[in-house]
Amino acid sequence: MATLHTRTSARLMMSPAVILLLCWMIVPLAMTLYFSFLRYNLLMPGMEEWTGFGNYTYFLTDPAFSTALVNTLVLVAGVLLITVGGGILVALLLDQPFFGQGIARLLVIAPFFVMPTVSALVWKNMLMHPVNGLFAWIARSFGFQPVDWFAELPLFSIIVIVAWQWLPFATLILLTALQSLDSEQQEAAEMDGAGVVSRFIYIVLPHLARAITVVILIQTIFLLSVFAEILVTTNGGPGIQTTTITYLVYVQALLQFDVGGASAGGIVAVILANIVAVFLIRVIGKNLDK
Amino acid sequence: MARQVTTRRKLGMTAVGWIVALLIFFPILWTVLTSFKTEGTAIATPPQFLFFDWTLENYFEVQSRSNYFRHMMNSIVISVGSTLIGLIIAIPAAWAMAFSPTKRTKDILMWMLSTKMLPAVGVLVPIYLVFRDWGLLDTRTGLVIVLTMVNLPIIVWMLYTYFREIPGEILEAARMDGATLANEIVYVLTPMAIPGIASTLLLNIILAWNEAFWTLNLTASKAAPLTAFIASYSSPEGLFWAKLSAASTLAIAPILIMGWFSQRQLVRGLTFGAVK
Repeated sequence: MATLHTRTSARLMMSPAVILLLCWMIVPLAMTLYFSFLRYNLLMPGMEEWTGFGNYTYFLTDPAFSTALVNTLVLVAGVLLITVGGGILVALLLDQPFFGQGIARLLVIAPFFVMPTVSALVWKNMLMHPVNGLFAWIARSFGFQPVDWFAELPLFSIIVIVAWQWLPFATLILLTALQSLDSEQQEAAEMDGAGVVSRFIYIVLPHLARAITVVILIQTIFLLSVFAEILVTTNGGPGIQTTTITYLVYVQALLQFDVGGASAGGIVAVILANIVAVFLIRVIGKNLDK
Repeated sequence: MARQVTTRRKLGMTAVGWIVALLIFFPILWTVLTSFKTEGTAIATPPQFLFFDWTLENYFEVQSRSNYFRHMMNSIVISVGSTLIGLIIAIPAAWAMAFSPTKRTKDILMWMLSTKMLPAVGVLVPIYLVFRDWGLLDTRTGLVIVLTMVNLPIIVWMLYTYFREIPGEILEAARMDGATLANEIVYVLTPMAIPGIASTLLLNIILAWNEAFWTLNLTASKAAPLTAFIASYSSPEGLFWAKLSAASTLAIAPILIMGWFSQRQLVRGLTFGAVK
């Protein structure tokens, strides 16, 4: 029987990918969950003992946790605000006909391909350095006092760097969506006397709604895990001013060797990410039915 | 009726468009320029934009001081290796899902997507401990394994969206004309599948090249790819701006060029087909 035959071979073809991913997801996650209930520090081997929800109580009541949670939310919200707002503007701009449009578009999307450690270090040193940086020079040329970005506005500085990296992503997706907009509808509205602003609010924005949702959800998933930019610029400091949940877990695991506490933190991060993921899956799943 | 675009309006848009594009691109341009300066010129105030003594010494210095090419080889081996292994695992899976879909295909796809949403810190501790016990820390093998798994869902998804666009009727037509299964695969399917596979390959090499969570946490020096190597400039050594710039330029140039070629696939790959 042909169908049975194809179905078996289809299953066979899928199984390596499915089994590997299943292992990759279930095994470490189960281990994290298990460790999160243990008192387990790599500096004290052989002292592991069951502690129930002790690690969670410790992690969640640690003052660093609430700071890290707020920092994470501010970082994600700040970057989303800049990239979605800026992305809409840049996409609208790139959608207009002008000379050298293709090359301008290549320049705009370039930051997305810069590895996080490079963009963080280039911004921190060559642009934002309080004495020799380019921004300091610009500020002084206009007679202002240069800002010591990473000392005075550490979290904001990181938001700017990460937003620079993700602006191209938002722009590209919104531009793709814009290009599928029916221009006749716009012309009809224009003839009926609709101004630029009302055309944007009543025609363009609703058309972009879906793309904006996708941008927000996908970026949120990635932004919750921002790590390299913090590691190479501030190390989470000064103090814990730029410590996010991701960074906090890293500190506990690889710097303090507190396996139990870090695992509890990891589980908390998973729960936070899942809240976003549920929405994202729904949006993408809807598209799959079409 | 096409919209009337006056020349003046177009010139105005050209000016605005290019100013915005150059502002966004500026940090990269600045890095490339700085890489050709001496350390003294690099930190000079006022900054030197174009008229300085161009020099290549930073590029030689970066190589001789830290064996730059070993790190670059690590990056190449890790990104290309993990992508190729991922493709070998994913092509059959995506193929089966696109051509003999069952009721559960959609569920499997969505589940694969959900693994991508698992934050890395959620599994950092066990992966680190397992790698330590198995001697995989700071090895290329270890990173290839991790990056293969991290990007596998994206690879499957991208391939699936491409394969799904290959019309099934064409197979029937070939079969009617007496094509054997081998013929079908070699002459009909492969040529139609290759563009999709190539785009997937390109995008995933880019993603793996720039991955900076696992590469930073699982390597020390031996297997460190460029992401981790450049992070070492965050120490006081980072004050050597010209060298930092030279190292950075070499690290981003190849991937930037690949990225420019794959910009159309980027949208598709990163939105899991939700925006085309």
